[in-house]
Amino acid sequence: MYLILKKEYLNETVIRMEVEAPLVARKALAGQFVILRADEKGERIPLTVAACDRVRGSVTIIFQVVGGATMSLARKEEGEYIQDFVGPLGNPSQVEGLRNVAVIGGGVGCAIALPIAARLHELGARVTSVVGFRSKELVILEKEFRALSDAFYMTTDDGSYGERGNVCIPLARLLEGGERFDAVFTIGPLVMMKFVAKTTEPYRIHTVASMNPIMIDGTGMCGCCRLTVGGKRVFACVDGPEFDAHLIDFDEAIGRSRTYLQFEQEARERHCNLFKGGNRNG
Amino acid sequence: MVNGQLTKCPMPIQDPKERIHNFGEVALGYDEETAVREAERCLHCKNAPCMQGCPVGVHIPDFLRLTAERRFDEAYAAIRQTSSLPAVCGRVCPQETQCEGSCVRGRKGEAVAIGRIERFLADRHHKGGENSALPPRNGHRVAIVGSGPAGLACAGDLAALGYEVTVYEALHLTGGVLVYGIPEFRLPKSVVQREVDGLRARGVQIITNAVVGKAFTIGELLGEMGYEAVFLGTGAGLPNFMNIPGENAKGVFSANEYLTRINLMKAYEEGSETPVFRARRVAVVGGGNVAMDAARCARRLGAETFIVYRRGEEELPARREEVLHAKEEGIVFRTLTNPLEILTDGEGNVVGMKCIRMELGAADASGRRRPIPVPQSEFEFEVDCVIMALGTSPNPLMARATEGLEVKPRGEIIADESGQTSLEGVFAGGDAVTGSATVILAMGAGKRAARAIDRYIQGK
Repeated sequence: MYLILKKEYLNETVIRMEVEAPLVARKALAGQFVILRADEKGERIPLTVAACDRVRGSVTIIFQVVGGATMSLARKEEGEYIQDFVGPLGNPSQVEGLRNVAVIGGGVGCAIALPIAARLHELGARVTSVVGFRSKELVILEKEFRALSDAFYMTTDDGSYGERGNVCIPLARLLEGGERFDAVFTIGPLVMMKFVAKTTEPYRIHTVASMNPIMIDGTGMCGCCRLTVGGKRVFACVDGPEFDAHLIDFDEAIGRSRTYLQFEQEARERHCNLFKGGNRNG
Repeated sequence: MVNGQLTKCPMPIQDPKERIHNFGEVALGYDEETAVREAERCLHCKNAPCMQGCPVGVHIPDFLRLTAERRFDEAYAAIRQTSSLPAVCGRVCPQETQCEGSCVRGRKGEAVAIGRIERFLADRHHKGGENSALPPRNGHRVAIVGSGPAGLACAGDLAALGYEVTVYEALHLTGGVLVYGIPEFRLPKSVVQREVDGLRARGVQIITNAVVGKAFTIGELLGEMGYEAVFLGTGAGLPNFMNIPGENAKGVFSANEYLTRINLMKAYEEGSETPVFRARRVAVVGGGNVAMDAARCARRLGAETFIVYRRGEEELPARREEVLHAKEEGIVFRTLTNPLEILTDGEGNVVGMKCIRMELGAADASGRRRPIPVPQSEFEFEVDCVIMALGTSPNPLMARATEGLEVKPRGEIIADESGQTSLEGVFAGGDAVTGSATVILAMGAGKRAARAIDRYIQGK
């Protein structure tokens, strides 16, 4: 059992939780993930490590309430326990040696983009952050991104905050203006990452996407997280989760991510009333 | 007195019409009288061919004689001399190619039902409760990685020798393939739990949610964590695929994924948050026990189910009983059939499978007749789900995380007969070394490694 040390809402549906997990905290690096199970009947879900405190022995996760499993997790309060919490899994982000990097985050993906940006900043790289949300009330982690970015761009789909449109617009403008990043990291919805990859491709800028497919064990056993990258089958859990975005078959990944869509919808309906009754901090 | 009956005493089973609607155990087990009568069929051959057929050399004639004499506790003890998991092996061993395959009674009639009697003795013993005294500790510590059959067997034997043993398991439950792979209807999880509880009672510490190679390395286990030896029983987890078009469509699963959702996550139970794909017509590709398990699960979830296998019925590698049970449950076998492509609709959902008929040619390296495609025999058939049960390869995680650990090209850890790997103090056994094989071979490897670890530590 893993104690929830802290819980706060970053927006209506995105929650940040600090969890006591010394075994994971000891080794976790930016880009790696954990698999957790909220309760005895819970689903095993992968979540990327948003931060970790080796002294406190804690790991911070940020997640959006989307289906049954995240709803159960959202109902947990500070002082309560998560049933299972295992990691760190996957490979850390390859950030060494990079001098000038763009980090492109979309929606709750910004939670994963932030530790990568932080690590780059720590290593002395010039960090350009481009973060996008659907609208102003969904914006998360703006302060944190600004604090470690040498340049910062905000977009919203509806124009209610920052620039109107998606993250590819400022990115394309920067590239057209002659900006040449050593690498671009992109984390967000699959469709967004696909278009970020398309935007950087003509400039042959090394672009890395962090993939978050459906997983069960996270150690290479279930084969559920398989992707096609450069025509070859890979497993996101042991070979990734980060891959060369120019080689990923995003359309296939989008299809596979919808395998249990109907089940998720039903779970949402089942949980809906329970969730409304839940308490909220922050 | 020898019971001259030519056939095995029948095993009571759940009616197929009933059992396709539940996950309860199919074979219900012998009672005392039946076990005794069956044991009396043994001829007590001098050379005991059954024992030679057993990968771990269980003292079969002894335990059969003791059973016939109703000395059940002693009979159980005779099995335990060489086997750690009788309740499991009695249920899942391929007896027809091992002990029972060598039984003289099988030449004219049926072999003695050795597996069923083994199961009876183990279940009877466990009903009485475990009362094993803690052996005196010898002050040495050993870490076991993986809690499948190899790891459990190794842990049990080392604990019996007085070692302080810690088992690290990546999943949230203990048992490895026994809990995520083999379904409840073939191996109830309570049976596995009993074995695990028995180990705990003998002082073995089990730590779940701990991925060795990630949370800590083998170097750390042998260094600051203070273990003198490590046993790797990490299994063969990585699923194989066919590399045919459409394999990543929605509705195509590895058998591992499908079975894990059902067995480990109990996705079929009311209230489980884990989804499982509800299909109408399922094709399971493969002919081994895992294929049978997946097909029988799909059937229980209400699907019309097919086994698609490229060789003939004779060549099916699954236990004969599983094939029989699958057929009783209405699973249709399409043997001599090989998939060429998985067909999808515009949205990437599986709508069918394109296959080709096969015929058998000359024997190949495995001794089985090689399947050859019949020209122009392609055909399509409609399914909305395909499950790939084509075997597994060892998990790459451990080798990638461990410098100096030598593996074969497909990832099998290189170890000698005793389990010694390329690293000092590091032993390995089971599917991690051999590629996917059987529970009993893994258990045997775990036991051999336990002896080797004991020699290694005592010799230091």
